[in-house]
Amino acid sequence: MKARFMKRTAAALATVGAMALGMGTAQAADPLKVGFVYVGPVGDFGYSYQHDQGRKAVEEKFGDKVKTTFVENVPEGADAERVIRQLAQTGNELIFTTSFGFMNPTIKVAKQFPNVKFEHATGYKRADNVATYAARFYEGRYVAGVIAGKMTKSNVIGYVGSFPIPEVVRGINAFMRGAWSVNPDVKVKIVWVNSWYDPGKEGDAAKALIDQGADIMVQHTDSPAPLQVAENRGIKGFGQASDMIKFAPKAQLSAIVDHWDDYYIDRVQAVMDGTWKADDTWHGLKEGMVHMAPFTNMPDDVAALAKETEDKIASGDIKIFEGPIYDQAGELRVKEGEVAPDGMLLGMDWYVKGIDAELPK
Amino acid sequence: MDWIVPLILTVITASTPLLLSATGELITEKSGVLNLGVEGMMLIGAITGFAVTVSTGSATLGIIAAAIAGMAIALIFAFLTLTLMANQVATGLALTIFGVGFSALVGSGFVGFAIEPLPSLHIPFISDIPVIGPILFGQDFLVYLSIFMVIASGWFLTRTRAGLILKAVGDSHDSAHAIGYNVIRIRYMATLFGGAMSGLAGAYLSLVYTPMWAENMTAGRGWIALALVVFATWRPGRLLAGAYMFGCISVLQLHAQSAGINVPSQFMSMLPYLATVIVLVIISSDVTKIRLNAPACIGKAFRPAQ
Repeated sequence: MKARFMKRTAAALATVGAMALGMGTAQAADPLKVGFVYVGPVGDFGYSYQHDQGRKAVEEKFGDKVKTTFVENVPEGADAERVIRQLAQTGNELIFTTSFGFMNPTIKVAKQFPNVKFEHATGYKRADNVATYAARFYEGRYVAGVIAGKMTKSNVIGYVGSFPIPEVVRGINAFMRGAWSVNPDVKVKIVWVNSWYDPGKEGDAAKALIDQGADIMVQHTDSPAPLQVAENRGIKGFGQASDMIKFAPKAQLSAIVDHWDDYYIDRVQAVMDGTWKADDTWHGLKEGMVHMAPFTNMPDDVAALAKETEDKIASGDIKIFEGPIYDQAGELRVKEGEVAPDGMLLGMDWYVKGIDAELPK
Repeated sequence: MDWIVPLILTVITASTPLLLSATGELITEKSGVLNLGVEGMMLIGAITGFAVTVSTGSATLGIIAAAIAGMAIALIFAFLTLTLMANQVATGLALTIFGVGFSALVGSGFVGFAIEPLPSLHIPFISDIPVIGPILFGQDFLVYLSIFMVIASGWFLTRTRAGLILKAVGDSHDSAHAIGYNVIRIRYMATLFGGAMSGLAGAYLSLVYTPMWAENMTAGRGWIALALVVFATWRPGRLLAGAYMFGCISVLQLHAQSAGINVPSQFMSMLPYLATVIVLVIISSDVTKIRLNAPACIGKAFRPAQ
């Protein structure tokens, strides 16, 4: 019995060894090594999943010429630095760090590896070898707001938020401006769950909001749980980061889908061509970095209006943060005839006038 | 008062997984075994329950499979710590890490599937009585099981011969061994029971709480269950109170936020942990009683004298 076990183990080891050798020879032409760091599991079917779709698109496009590695479930803290350094040390020439909280670790590691190129998502710190990129998700949220404004009967929107950071606050402001553009009576109730990913808690937050009268569910957390609660309770909602129609065939109105494929392919190509620069990219509906999932579960006129809104944002006819914009205290933040500059959007830590909630500091 | 019934219903769903796994762990610990792998066993239970339900279309089979999967993982733990006498703390931690990874591996093929949630009990007329109807007679089977099991555990530990033997093994394995009890076998059984309960808790998450599979969906609930056992000083009644209190405050804080009560949300998120710990510490502040309740041999390997 023991001998047989040993034999089997030896055979298994030999197979693994052969596989490793095989891989070594197949990639003799020195592929470009590209690393990805994700904050959640690739199986979250949301934010990290979409980044991983981008990674897969890179693999598909370049085949043998690239070798990608990803590390998932990386906490935003000291561990992140260790993971990023590890990727840099193991020969990755281009590293994408895909969450806001990886900003400082990325900058720190980038200093120690001047020849490695880094790309940090949703942050604002750059260096000679650190580029930043983000998607204008808030454009999608404005479209969602227009739909919600048309679809709500109770005029109460339930909003499940993760953390009160500028990206999320900007999303709430954009959403409400969209909603008010078609229905000035809409109110929003916001619950912060202080987590990007905790299906149980996100679901409980959604239940609390529905119990208090919300009939449209919006989320800025990563799991499909809030939308699924909406489905079970018979109200409508929006998917987050990924098309979540599978979880809510009767409830999903649309979803704000992140589409990183083209960007990742462009950047890998730039490194290969030697044209890579540490610049800042902030693309939206126009460039296709943000998509709207099909408009479902709504009357045709609402779907048509949503499509029109989407097109107008892409063409620039609708400017989401066009003045005059007042904050809750009544202070004029954007003057009439002006559009909020990107710098203001990136640091947005105030609600627009009309939102009846206190922003946690 | 319209809000009170849905609120209580949400509290029950939030508390049940904690109660299930904590009851199992309580029995395991009472036999002198410290299994820190609750989180891992819950995840394995969650994916097994979900996968079987998706494949067979039967939530009942899913629940049974989840309990069996929890026991299978607990069996690995029992074999390593009781037969091979590995360190229980290290093995338990390894079990959690294994459970996280293994459930993700198995679950990668089940992401994005939707299932019908476990049906709730519905007795005509009785379940329709306002307020008490839906709360007392409108739950799913696992909720009733969780309450039944915690009461049964209390009765088992204090009123039955087998329960007294289990406690004797946990308090002094040498004495129990000397008077002829099979310490290892009893501990195996207690550990397997803990595994089955954690498996059920996991199935509750993936079949009822949020009917889907998502990686790491327990999000730390296994650790909360472990802490509840200690803070409840190994007493089933207090465990019930602690689990429901934790569930209640974690749901209430979300309601308070959506009602627009202006307290920092970070503080609100902390509140369930803080309040549960404080209350359980106060009700069990008598140190001698804690010593009496804590299994004296917890975490110690038993080597039968020849």
